[in-house]
Amino acid sequence: MIPLQYYLVLSATMFLIGAAGVVARRNAIIVFLSIELMLNSVNLTLVAFSSFLGDVTGQMLAFFVMTVAAAEAAIGLAIVIALFRRKQTVNLDEINILKW
Amino acid sequence: MNLELILFYLFGIVAVGSALLMVTRRNPIVSALYLILNFICLAGFYLILHAQFIAVIQIIVYAGAIMVLFLFVIMLLNLRDERSLLDGFSWKKMVAGGLSAAILLEIVYIILSSTGGLPVQQDPRSLEIGTVEFIGSQLFTRFLLPFEVTSLLLTAAIVGAIVLAKKKLD
Repeated sequence: MIPLQYYLVLSATMFLIGAAGVVARRNAIIVFLSIELMLNSVNLTLVAFSSFLGDVTGQMLAFFVMTVAAAEAAIGLAIVIALFRRKQTVNLDEINILKW
Repeated sequence: MNLELILFYLFGIVAVGSALLMVTRRNPIVSALYLILNFICLAGFYLILHAQFIAVIQIIVYAGAIMVLFLFVIMLLNLRDERSLLDGFSWKKMVAGGLSAAILLEIVYIILSSTGGLPVQQDPRSLEIGTVEFIGSQLFTRFLLPFEVTSLLLTAAIVGAIVLAKKKLD
């Protein structure tokens, strides 16, 4: 039997690898991939708690997180395509028209 | 050492390793493929946790549909290789790595030092709540409103994606 703490530590590790990727990388696509990694590590926590508590709500929440992630990926990639068409780059340091 | 623990360590090492490789690779396509490997390991964890339905849709929806969308966009944009995370020094990378390591240490310390309130083993009911049958019945009774709102969300996402990505008409 695996203790719940193992899952929590693993999930925190993956979440913070994703967070470091969001802060450090400048390619918009890889930033999106890092965000997906963070969403998935949170899903692991939700499903682990759901299984250890015998309550289905955590798995339902993981299911809805997956739906929101699908919507977010579609919209985010559409924004990336629109930006690339306008500026010919996906480097986030060069996309600064909202920066004042 | 039982099979469950061996599988946990195997999946855990592959998951963390592929996450690290995903963040550090230079080519976005390689990053996306490592992320798919990571998602497959997560599906393995869900199976260990008796969440069969979530494991299956993790493979079909995430590793299948969403990552194919990412790969399509990466190949459509035909991106040049950019600089890898590992070559070249910058304060931004130092801050990102340092902050993440500090917060990780803090979280691990909190998790390992507060064992009082956490459940110690998997609930016996977890064997039956992860099945498609149980999740389906709950989804159409107790979680009916969020389920229906999800369809609105997906419709808005489809319309939004088309409006954002199409060429300007004027």
